[in-house]
Amino acid sequence: MNNPPQLFEYLIRIADDRLILGHRLSEWCGHAPLLEEDIALANIGLDCIGQANNLYTVAAEVEGKKRSADDIVFFREAVEYKNLLLVEQPNKDFAQTLVRQFLYDSFGLLYFDALQQSAFQPLAGIAQKAVKELRYHFRHSSQWILRLGDGTDESHQRTQEALNSLWRYTGELFESDSLEQQLHSEGIAALSSGMKEEWDKIVTEILNKATLQIPSSEMHQQTGGRKGQHTEHLGHLLAEMQILQRSFPDIKW
Amino acid sequence: MSGEIEHDQGDLWEVFIQEDDNAPHTHAGSIRAADPEMAIQNARDVFARRGKAKSMWVVKSDHIKATTPDDVAPFFDPTADKIYRHVQFYKHTLDDELWKKR
Repeated sequence: MNNPPQLFEYLIRIADDRLILGHRLSEWCGHAPLLEEDIALANIGLDCIGQANNLYTVAAEVEGKKRSADDIVFFREAVEYKNLLLVEQPNKDFAQTLVRQFLYDSFGLLYFDALQQSAFQPLAGIAQKAVKELRYHFRHSSQWILRLGDGTDESHQRTQEALNSLWRYTGELFESDSLEQQLHSEGIAALSSGMKEEWDKIVTEILNKATLQIPSSEMHQQTGGRKGQHTEHLGHLLAEMQILQRSFPDIKW
Repeated sequence: MSGEIEHDQGDLWEVFIQEDDNAPHTHAGSIRAADPEMAIQNARDVFARRGKAKSMWVVKSDHIKATTPDDVAPFFDPTADKIYRHVQFYKHTLDDELWKKR
């Protein structure tokens, strides 16, 4: 089968989501409030980066320009990154990190679940493995939302603030542009716009239980990640992630 | 600022992992957690992520009643020369092993 020309771009989008979220989690390494949670966040970050690595490797083959996964990761500029704005938002405090994770996990689980049926076999295979990991990630982050939201006054307040500040990036999760629609019609892509209702149900249930207030649906939504229009945070993240390979190309350790 | 370090890392829990069907759950180590769900997730992340596991138990450490060093003499010392007092003796006699050795 001939791969459609948009396939590379599509794979890069999903891979970038996983890489950037994984990198954010790795920033907690050695800093988390509990030793066990430090290990948990690092494990989840590694799952994300592992999935990204698989996706980049397939993308590189699809592209056929002899670029490696590392080339794609370390030698692209922020405008060439196509991840969702949500995943690049900074860690700030533990509540912000876990709310970001929860909002993504609840979406990612639905999205990768659908991708298991992709007509593009390598993608279906990656999704089958990723779904198992995402199920655990969702269990981890949703339990923390319950614990923090329904915890102390301070944990409740911080979690509510995190929700209020990150909610503006959730609309983008369900924007299916022409590229996604086209690949969906060919049986390759999952259609995120069709997942909003299910996501609302899952998220509402957990947030209600956690005694958290769901921000207004009228809230202005910020988008642009899929077009390479990012918040100021991605540039700083990439600078730190890429500096070694940019300063010493092909360095090994 | 008092300068004191916050030491509250949650309760201590013991972790037991079963590696195969029919195998016993064996002690893997301890973790800290604030509630049972956190305990089982932390146990998974610390002990079971790379090893194989079929099942896992967590139990709060203070729910375990343990012997003290003072108990050692009265509890364990008299057992060496009166093995027929212990249930293991009869298991072995049934499959004849210990019987033959005597």
